[in-house]
Amino acid sequence: MEIVQQLVNGISLGSIYALIALGYTMVYGIVKLINFAHGDVFMVGAFIGFYSITVLDIGFFPALLISMVACAIFGVLIERIAYKPLRNATRIAALITAIGVSLFIEYGTIYIRGAQPEAYPSGLVPLKSIELFGVKISGQSILILGTSLVLMVLLQFIVHKTKIGKAMRAVSHDMDAARLMGINVNNTISATFAIGSALAGAAGVIFGMYYTKIEPLMGIIPGLKAFVAAVLGGIGIIPGAMTGGIVLGVIEALVSAAGYSLWRDGVAFVVLILILIFRPAGLFGKNVREKV
Amino acid sequence: MRKKKVAGIFMSFMVAAGVLAGCNSSASGDGDSEKSGTIKIGANLELSGGVASYGQSAKEGIELAIEEINKEGIDGKKLKLVTVDNKSDAAEATSGALKLATQDKVVAMIGAATSTNTLAQVQIAQDNNIPLITPTGTNPTITNKDGKLSDYVFRTCFIDPFQGTVAANFASNDLKVKNAAILIDSSSDYAKGLAAAFKESFKKNGGKIVAEEAYVQKDTDFHATLTRIKAANPEYVFLPGYYEEVGLIIKQARELGLDVPFMGGDGWDSPKLVEIAGADPLKNTYITNHYSSGDDDKKVQDFVSAFKAKYDGKSPDAFTALGYDTVYFLADAIKRAGSSDPKKIQKALEETDGLELVSGNMKLDKNHDPIKAAVILEYVNGEQKFKTKVNP
Repeated sequence: MEIVQQLVNGISLGSIYALIALGYTMVYGIVKLINFAHGDVFMVGAFIGFYSITVLDIGFFPALLISMVACAIFGVLIERIAYKPLRNATRIAALITAIGVSLFIEYGTIYIRGAQPEAYPSGLVPLKSIELFGVKISGQSILILGTSLVLMVLLQFIVHKTKIGKAMRAVSHDMDAARLMGINVNNTISATFAIGSALAGAAGVIFGMYYTKIEPLMGIIPGLKAFVAAVLGGIGIIPGAMTGGIVLGVIEALVSAAGYSLWRDGVAFVVLILILIFRPAGLFGKNVREKV
Repeated sequence: MRKKKVAGIFMSFMVAAGVLAGCNSSASGDGDSEKSGTIKIGANLELSGGVASYGQSAKEGIELAIEEINKEGIDGKKLKLVTVDNKSDAAEATSGALKLATQDKVVAMIGAATSTNTLAQVQIAQDNNIPLITPTGTNPTITNKDGKLSDYVFRTCFIDPFQGTVAANFASNDLKVKNAAILIDSSSDYAKGLAAAFKESFKKNGGKIVAEEAYVQKDTDFHATLTRIKAANPEYVFLPGYYEEVGLIIKQARELGLDVPFMGGDGWDSPKLVEIAGADPLKNTYITNHYSSGDDDKKVQDFVSAFKAKYDGKSPDAFTALGYDTVYFLADAIKRAGSSDPKKIQKALEETDGLELVSGNMKLDKNHDPIKAAVILEYVNGEQKFKTKVNP
């Protein structure tokens, strides 16, 4: 039964990675930029959720919504201020800017509120844990999985069934051609950042509720893990990010289950290296020949 | 690593500067304290900076003790306290100790509240032959580094590994468990020291370690590790770590249905622990600590009421109690030495045996480490309740 319990642990953790990875993948798919500040948007989302719950005294779902909206605006601001002026610069310049933005958000948060951790109030959602064949599944794990799945389905719907989704796919395919077809590229890119950041904000609130402790540097490791998850699934591909996140979560749980808990973080990055060597396009990626 | 190295180099400069400065100022001695009817003692504490709350708590205890002692005085002389703020910084602690030793000419120094800042003063105390007593620096290397005793350095608290021994005896004798699991913060020497001592004593008591797992600071997900521990069916989990991770671990353990007792050391002692873990998951958890204001011992209760009277009903914590005890430890030695000569005080401190203090009956071993009782506290409804006192 231990192995089933470990799978449940891994899937819960993996669905948080998946939510963050979606933002990475969408942004990469469109502007070919690894947005390293994404993990910090996740952190900001966790804090917005925390202050909504403690200061405004509202429940989990309204706090989730507030955090998503605030992060969407925050994501668009980051894009407009930091990345837009560099759209035609080299990719390495944009990448370095992303790292700069990441550090700015982390230490800006410490400057504003200090580095001390906060604890999410417990008992936000009155959930009972279920016991199935000796496996204890906490209500929170189910809520996390449920929320993640709903958000992912919603995202698939937006990308495939709406006009803005069509525009996003067009821009990701060929930015110049899309512009010639009358698509407002700037707005489409902003929309992508907004959706990706909203998902990160949601992940932040869910993380806070599940793990209780939040602090200004909490986004670094989940951000890097989500990046690994996105690459694992094939960066730029939405179902890839979801699968990659969950696979990574399960791998980590199994590594700990085998008694190598100190190696857990290392294994995540070994996975990244192996994927880059043997299947650079990721699990879901197709090998596309670069046009010269 | 690199940061530490830079700090190390900086510190050695500070120490070198200290030695030189010591040579310069030793000629221009001011009035001898023997004649003036006061005995000057120094306190070098964290009054600002990162761990200011530790230093402030200790200072309140020290001031209360001095006030009490000065009602009668020691052989007609009164204690005079000279305080320096080391700003929770090792380099500041070194220069503060230097000032106390060479300019203020104190007869003894009360050291910093943390091990790091106390270690930064050890060399100054040794070079100037002035006794240094840390109230709460628990790291073993403070008094004994690489097998070499720093003969002018003392402490009022017990050292880290002792807490592991106490926890093991409590598990075997009071909780009567046979199978224990250990979950160690492998990035902390403190946790490793406690775990090693626990393991040794628990095995000696006939117990068995059924699982030994580790984590590092800043980890947030412990479900997988805890599931593994649960599969080993321990009756008790020893968890020597700091409150941030401990809070998460206990919360997640209870979610997974691991309902056995958890126990740790004074690293748990923070109000944040209850915020992170929640009051309910903390049921059935214990910590070892230096002192508890809930101890019904008369000495403790007298101290608590004297403290409350002086500081508007504030409850004294372990830092305060040990700061208070440090002054009595020193005053006792000065009295027995019959002199305020630092060398004689050092000798008297070394011979301390059976001194009754708030934090227990104290005796020094050959490493200048006190042999004294520890208290065990239990979390009940998110609050620490005094459980029992364990003598070594």
